[in-house]
Formats: sequence, structure tokens, C-alpha cells
Amino acid sequence: MNKTLAFLGWAMLAVVGAGAVAAIAVRRGEPINALWLVVAATCCYALGYRFYSKFVAAKILALDGLRATPAERLENGRDFLVTNKWVVFGHHFAAIAGPGPLVGPVLAAQFGYLPGTMWVLAGAVFAGCVQDFVILLFSVRRDGKSLTEMAKSEIGRVGGFVAYVAVIAILIILLGVAALIVVNALKASPWGTFTIAMTMPIALLMGVYLRRIRPGKVLEVSALGFVLVLAAIWGGQHVSQNEALARLFTFSAPTLAILIMIYGFAASALPVWLLLAPRDYLSTFVKLGTIALLGIGIVALHPTLHMPALTRFVDGTGPVFAGKIFPFAFITIACGAISGFHALISSGTTPKMIARETETRMVGYGAMMCESAVAIMAIIAACVMQPGVYFAINSPAGIVGQAPATAAATISGWGFPVTAADMQALAHAVGEQTLYNRTGGAPAFAVGMAHIFSHSLGGETLMALWYHFAIMFEALFILTILDAGTRVARFMIQDALGHVYKPLGRTSWYPSILGTSALIVASWGYFLWQGVKDPLGGINSLWPLFGISNQLLATVALCVATTIIIKMHRARYAAVTLGPLAWLVAVTFTASWHKMFDPNPRVGFLAQARVLAAGPTPLSSATVRVIFNNRLDAAVTGVLVVMVTLVLVESARQWIGILSGAREARVKEAPFVRTRLVEERG
Amino acid sequence: MNRARELLRDFLATAAATLREIFDEAAYARFLSRAGMVSSSESYAEFRREFEQAKMRRPKCC
Repeated sequence: MNKTLAFLGWAMLAVVGAGAVAAIAVRRGEPINALWLVVAATCCYALGYRFYSKFVAAKILALDGLRATPAERLENGRDFLVTNKWVVFGHHFAAIAGPGPLVGPVLAAQFGYLPGTMWVLAGAVFAGCVQDFVILLFSVRRDGKSLTEMAKSEIGRVGGFVAYVAVIAILIILLGVAALIVVNALKASPWGTFTIAMTMPIALLMGVYLRRIRPGKVLEVSALGFVLVLAAIWGGQHVSQNEALARLFTFSAPTLAILIMIYGFAASALPVWLLLAPRDYLSTFVKLGTIALLGIGIVALHPTLHMPALTRFVDGTGPVFAGKIFPFAFITIACGAISGFHALISSGTTPKMIARETETRMVGYGAMMCESAVAIMAIIAACVMQPGVYFAINSPAGIVGQAPATAAATISGWGFPVTAADMQALAHAVGEQTLYNRTGGAPAFAVGMAHIFSHSLGGETLMALWYHFAIMFEALFILTILDAGTRVARFMIQDALGHVYKPLGRTSWYPSILGTSALIVASWGYFLWQGVKDPLGGINSLWPLFGISNQLLATVALCVATTIIIKMHRARYAAVTLGPLAWLVAVTFTASWHKMFDPNPRVGFLAQARVLAAGPTPLSSATVRVIFNNRLDAAVTGVLVVMVTLVLVESARQWIGILSGAREARVKEAPFVRTRLVEERG
Repeated sequence: MNRARELLRDFLATAAATLREIFDEAAYARFLSRAGMVSSSESYAEFRREFEQAKMRRPKCC
């Protein structure tokens, strides 16, 4: 009886989910309600978790609840620690949820809500969640080894080396892109700049409070910091309304870029307890609270999506970024669907905390599902705006023109009506001087989020406050990625340099700290500066580069996973990771080809360099720099493609060798030890 | 009714434990018990020193 009821329940869920997906997919010409996306996502995630992840767990991974995990065998009270599964889940989700699933879907909304929604749902259920789950389990079975170590031991030295280079490349490009998003969000915005500037002294105060006044009371001081940040948001309004103060906190993009580079260097080189750790705690507090609030707001308001299902820009002529729907929609949305970066976390701290193998399914597959749900929220936030407003905010001046009337006329000419007066009224409502050309995704997301919050909590009068809360929320945790990322990259460079000259590897030796911090900041600072100076809006070229490098890492992770699955004699199920791998290779290779060789100068780096070089002579120094940047971007893309190819060839050699019997199929797992937790827990 | 209260208590306890773990309060408590110290600015400084390397090497996602 129970079985029949369960069957009927799941069958009904499948029918409802299919209906919601069909409604999203076939509805044309009239706006749909955001609840369709919420229902479709809920059903897809529930079915994916109940059936697909269970299939992977049972048929391929053969999760064994009796096998002791490294948390139990190697427990040391520090890294290795048996932990409640919900606590591990929270820990894992807090580490994987960054700004990527918010910004990528907002940018990809230029194609309409349909492509992004479908990719986020299918990509997460069949690729991203699977990647996170299998890598977590494989790391658990190898004493919590990192992805790089697993690549080295299972694929070979080339795999390990490429994984290392890919991690550094991703970090640098990610940091450049993240900094550029903050610059675009804060330029000509005294309110936002003041609020973010205030988080620095607040963080310093928290650091001193934690160290001297109430040692270790992180939750308490984070709550205090949160209240102070809210006060800073409120105070920002008065700053923006006072002419002298507003001038003091109004910066151009290049000035902001320099300030952010100085901040990145300071965060990397200063003692961690003083600035970095308190900001990290503060941002986690804000992040978890805001994501929960946004989810509630969307369900409570269930707004209408004004963006069409598909826009005319699927042909590649989009103003937000150039390039056709394939492959660029799948490159732009990485973190909400599949992110190679997650493989680092699944093989980092999480496997060292898992109490039983069976919990990897909930933590690995489940947490990625939640991340994907955040991406769905971002799509909704972008698509609740009138499309004309969305394009006015996200289009660079190089495409739509500088003057408000020109920009409004251009966008209206595309079939998305908007007037200069509408944009002025919106800017006034959110307390900004202008909302034109605020590229990067963050301001558009902030407007959408403010719309949802103000309509469900507090009414129109609080629109400005919610907008700046959203800007602060994004900038705060993007800056956290920036400072923590700079520090992680510094450690990695120091590790590598330590092999050349031992003192350089010492993380407490100040000449090394300063030198490697400067090296990392200069690397991402270059991409930031390029983005600030690029007349076509640097995010256009940088975001695809980030997507390509992130998915390169996912390719490495899926190669490792496929190799291990084949070595486990489960080759007949290898399609579970081989399918996403093939898709990612197709996407990455096609995107790379377009970014390097497409004849359209808005897409191809080399084409843009050619067009600029053919301009009137003598070329200005700015033009010469942009030409050089484009050629360098093409070279970086080429190197990434060569690395993907190397990993694929190396992995394929392993697979063919094993399947033909020429190589021994031997996994390099830690030996089986029976758990004692089963008896203890009953 | 008792069952509901028990479930709520479990839920709140797990939520609090999750927050304490995410915010490193639990790690600090373990450090104090392992080192046989009481909470003070010196012991917190010692904890931060010990945990800095591991904590700050953790990658964070995009």
C-alpha cells in the first residue's frame, strides 16, 4: 500500500514537473509567472535527487555505510572530524555558494528566460550535482585527497600538472572578473561606495572585538557587524544626498580599480585575524540570510516575468555579450549548472568531515541542487524587470551610446521599449544618479532583487534601501572571494616556488609574502585594468574566459571521475560522467574557437585586434594596449584548449588501455576498514 | 505534541550547530578542549595561528 502511494506521489510530481517545464518551454508572446520556474525547479530537483542520484549511488558508486571514512579513521580534532551530516551540508553549501550563480544567469538572461532556466535545471541534475557527488565520494575513499592529487594518481602526472595550472588560471581570471563586477557596481555610486568602504572599519572593529573583548564569539560579533552594516546602508543615503560627501565617495572606474587592487594586496599581506577573517564571517552571515530572504520573497510575491522566453539576441548580436546561444549561454552560466571549482571543495575540507559514505549523496548532490536553486532565483530577479530596463542597465555605452536619449532610442528600436524618463525615474527611486551602462550583472540583479523585496517587504518607499542592500550584499561577498582567493593563490604560488628556493615557500617569511601577494594582485589586476579600459566593456571578453577556464577544471574533474569509474569495473555506467564531459568539451572547444578566430570583432579576440590595427595611424597608446590585450586573451584561450586536450588524451589512453586489457584496472583507494560508528549509533 | 516539540528542538540544535561550525566557534571549542585552555585573548590568538594556514587555504567558489 505504502509503495503504491509513493509511486503515485512521485508519478504526480513527475507530471506536475513536466507540465511546468512544458509551460516554460512552449509559452510564447505573453509573460509567465515566476512560480512556473519555481514549480519546475522543485520537481526537477526532487526527481533528480530521489531517482538519478540514487541510481548513481547504488549502481556506480556502491556506497557502503559500513566502510569507515577518513573523518573516523584519521580523526585529529582539526581537519579530520566526524560531523553531523546537516552540519557538513551547511558547511559545504556555504563554501560553494558564491556570486557566480547570481551574476552568470543575469547576463545570460539577454537570450530570454528559457535557455538559462533549461541549462540550469538539466546541467545541475545531470552534470553539476553528479560531478560534486562523485568527486566527494572518491575523495572520501582516498583519505580526503585533493582533485589535483587524485588527477595525478589516477590519470598521471600530466593530469595533475594541468589541474594545478587550471586552478591558478581560474583563480586569476575569476578574481579579475569579480573585481570588475564590483567596479561596475560602485562607479558613480556614492551610496554603494560609502557602504562598502564602511565594511572595512566594521571588519577591523570585529577583528579587535574577537581578539580582545569576546574571544571566539564569532556568531555574536557577526550579528553585531550585520547591524552596523545595515546602519552603514542607511547612512549611505544621507551621504548620497549631501553634495560635499557625495563628491568624496564618487569615484571613476580606474580609481576604483586601483583602490580594489590596494585592498586585495592588504588583505593578502595583513594578519588574517585583523581584516580577512572578520569580513569572511560578516559576508557569510549576510549571504546565508539574504539567499533565504530572496527565496521567501519570490514565493511570497510570485512576480510576472516580463522578459520573453527567447529574445532576438539568440543569433549572437546581444548587447550584454556577443555570441550565439550555443555555446555562450552554457559558458556564461557555469556555477548554477556545473562548476569545476566545486570539485576543489568536494575534495577539500568536506570529505574530511563526512561520517558515513552514504551521506555523500545528500551533501554532494544535495548542496549543488541548492546552488542551482540560487541560480533560478537570479534568473527570476533579472527577468522580472521590463526588458528595456534590463538592456539599458546591462548594455555598454559602446553599443547603445552615451546619451540617455540615444540609449533609450537604440534599445526601443530592438523591440524593448524604454524611455529616458523611465530610466531617470528608476535611478531616482533607487537613489542612483544613473543606471545606464551599469554592466557586469550586479546592478541589474540588485534592481531585480530590490523590486522583489520592496514589493513583498516594505513597499516602494524602501526600494532605494533594498537596492543598496543588494549592491552591498553582492560587493561584500565578491570582495570576500577577492581577498580569500588572492590569499589562496598566494599560498599555491608559494608552495610551487618553495621547490625552487626553500625560503620562498615559507608562508611566514615577509619578503615572500609581499612578493607573491604582489605577483597575484598584478595578475588579476591586469585583467581588471583591461576590463576597465576596454571600450567594448571588459566583462564581454572576461566572463567567457572565466567560464572556459572554470569548465576546463570541470573537464579535469569529470576525466578523473570517468577514469575511476572505469577502473572500478563500472564502464557500462561511465556515460553518467562521460555524457557531461562530452557536452563540456563541445561547449568549451566551440567557445574557445569563437573567442579566438570568429571574424566578428565583438566575439573574436584576433578579429578585434585586426580591426583596431587597421584603424587610422598613428595608433593611440590606448588602442595599442587593447590590441595587445586581445592577442594575449587569444593566447590564454589557446593554452586552455591545449590543456583540455592533454588531459583528455591522457585519460583516453587510460580508458582504452583498461578496456582493451592492456592496463590493469586498479583503483588507488585507502584500504577498507569497518566503521565503529554503526555499533555506537545503533 | 511532545514529538513536535522534540523535532523542533532537534532542528534548532542542528541549525545552531551548523552555524557554530560554519563560523568556527565549534573549532575554537575543540581547540580549547584539546589544548586544555580556557577562552582568553591569548588562547584565541593561538587558535587563529593554528587554524589560519588550514582555513585560509580553503578555496571558495565563484
